[in-house]
Amino acid sequence: MTNFSYTVFIVLIPFFTFLVLGLFGNKLKAKLSGLIGTTALFVSFMLSILTAYNYFFLSEKVGGAFQKILAFNVVWLRFTENLHVDLGVLLDPISVMMLVVVTTVSFLVHVYSIGYMHGERGFERFFAFLSLFSFSMLGLVSATNIFQMYIFWELVGVSSFLLIGFYYQKPSAVLASKKAFIVTRFADLGFLIGILLLSFNTKTFDFIQLTNPNGPAMLTGAGIGFMGLSVLTWSLILIFIGGAGKSAMFPLHIWLPDAMEGPTPVSALIHAATMVVAGVYLVARLFPIYALAAPAGLHVVAYVGGFSSLFAAVIACTQYDIKRVLAFSTMSQIGYMMLAVGVSGYGGEHGLGFMASMFHLSTHAMFKALLFLGAGAIIHAVHSNFMYDMGGLRKYLPITHITFLIAVLTISGIPPFSGFWSKDEILAATHEFSPVLFYNAVFVAGLTAFYMSRLYFNVFWGNDNRVYHHKPHEAPFTMTIPLMILAFASIFAGFIPFHNFITSDGLPLETHLEWSIAIPSVIIALIGIGIAAVLYRKESELPVKISKSFGMLYRGAFNKFYIDELYFFVTKKIIFAYISRPVAWFDRHIVDGFMNLIAWVANYVSEQIKGFQSGKVQQYGFVFVMGAILLVIVFAYLNKV
Amino acid sequence: MLFEGIPIEYFLVTSTIMFFVGVFGFITRENIITILMSIELILNSVNINFVVFNRFLFPGQLEGHFFSLFVIAVAAAEAAVAIAIIINIYRRFNTIEVDNVDEMKN
Repeated sequence: MTNFSYTVFIVLIPFFTFLVLGLFGNKLKAKLSGLIGTTALFVSFMLSILTAYNYFFLSEKVGGAFQKILAFNVVWLRFTENLHVDLGVLLDPISVMMLVVVTTVSFLVHVYSIGYMHGERGFERFFAFLSLFSFSMLGLVSATNIFQMYIFWELVGVSSFLLIGFYYQKPSAVLASKKAFIVTRFADLGFLIGILLLSFNTKTFDFIQLTNPNGPAMLTGAGIGFMGLSVLTWSLILIFIGGAGKSAMFPLHIWLPDAMEGPTPVSALIHAATMVVAGVYLVARLFPIYALAAPAGLHVVAYVGGFSSLFAAVIACTQYDIKRVLAFSTMSQIGYMMLAVGVSGYGGEHGLGFMASMFHLSTHAMFKALLFLGAGAIIHAVHSNFMYDMGGLRKYLPITHITFLIAVLTISGIPPFSGFWSKDEILAATHEFSPVLFYNAVFVAGLTAFYMSRLYFNVFWGNDNRVYHHKPHEAPFTMTIPLMILAFASIFAGFIPFHNFITSDGLPLETHLEWSIAIPSVIIALIGIGIAAVLYRKESELPVKISKSFGMLYRGAFNKFYIDELYFFVTKKIIFAYISRPVAWFDRHIVDGFMNLIAWVANYVSEQIKGFQSGKVQQYGFVFVMGAILLVIVFAYLNKV
Repeated sequence: MLFEGIPIEYFLVTSTIMFFVGVFGFITRENIITILMSIELILNSVNINFVVFNRFLFPGQLEGHFFSLFVIAVAAAEAAVAIAIIINIYRRFNTIEVDNVDEMKN
């Protein structure tokens, strides 16, 4: 048996970096602090690779299945003998995969940030926050129990908040960071209630016990019902609300587009590759209990994911801010992952969706990080976020152009890039489950190809003769090297035999390419790209005309279907006006009024009697003499009687 | 003896009147010197009481006499200090009306 106790350092090294940079960052030279952060992440990255190698190739298997290994565990809070919160590192196929994905992307983003953030104010603060985020995310994926996951879940929320609001002098960034924090926090309330319900019914926080398919957790709570579903199902749906908030699923997605106010490397790391897939990871982590004890909860996941993917893809077709297009694309792709994990069953052939979801998660992390970092390089060159400020950039940014093109083809699902393989598995898994979701997913694949190509053609082709104030220049090496590495990963990640490593029950799964699904999906993707090429390859009036002909639909999608306005209406016009205002009035007038009355009485009485303390000795003397006389009279009278 | 045959009540009434005249003066007067004089009146009324009670109740003893001498000595010292203070107050405020000396109050 291999000893895995060193894995705890994968998590702890970024934490120490955070402490060093957070406490002494302002005393260090900017370059040095960047170097410290990057080196630490590199060590974590190497350790993760080592762990993956040891786990997948050297660790013992039981009956051919990968085992869950408790690499490190300490009891952190002991309330009673049975109720205790542990902190530790749990290794199983998905957590090892996530360790590799998170450290890879995080390391590359660190390298990229050295170039991108060069000369910015708060350079060392940025790296301190990045380290904090890496620590939290690694703690989240390696959680041994659901409570540890919740703790780190909140920590990633905090680091996301800090990084979105990195430019804290910009009001829009401050608003966006608040929005992200409040919306996800609101969703986390569901998560917390779900944890309490789940652990109350199963009497454990521990993932190994919770997800043991033959364990007692599968049986408990199944009998008790509430509104037609078992309590276990309800608790899992509540937990999924937390996951939906973090993963920007409809209708809790409103924070993700605004989160693009943060620096672009942050968008790549947190809001594309790692944190936003935490919701998918959460469902995958609890997958056995979802699939075996609460299939209805899993169907909720599938339908929410499917709808979100369509919803976001439609909006993405109409946006002009390139980072927002990518944000909606992220939401759409995460919807895909949710869909895949939601349609999956437990074990064997039925577990295809689970494997596809994890596969797509890791390929998506690579190509979406690549897209965001590419977008960062474009913004770096043009100093604008908007497509209509760009055009013909392929001449100025050759490396960015090629890597971006690779990413676009990958996300569109063109073989042999990695996106094709993972998307194909998802479509195959969905096909077995429900035709409606399947056609929805295929349509979304077409839309994805269309809006990504629209972005690509608008930025790199379009108006070739555009005149720029500053001649756009290619990004420095620290930025282009991560792009090249990620492009490389995007091309070849699809050839990893994922089905041998990551499956719902730990046993290898036989998969084969479904030609009947792969060929139509590729054709649809090509159609999407073709339409985009016709419309945007050369500047023309056509796109405007077409958008006019869609009328209502176009305007709705352009305004993100007014979901933000709906939220504002509900919060401001209904909750604030009819609940908060009366409550505030009661507080201000009744509760405060009572306290003010007491203060007023004390004030009034002291005002009346303050004249007694005049400081005039003569007055005191008068009162004293009068008092003495009074006493004499009283005692004389008493003695007489 | 000079006061042979005068009953004790006469002395006590006199000293009581003196005492209350002193108290009245202390309370009502504005002028610090008058207040000081009122205090002297009070002290002297007390002295009379001492001497009278000593004479009538304990004719063979002298504690009351000594006490009144002691009071006179202390009163002299007190008057010296008080007048020094009054002079300083006058230099500082150009007045010896107690109501006008209220700088520390507000």
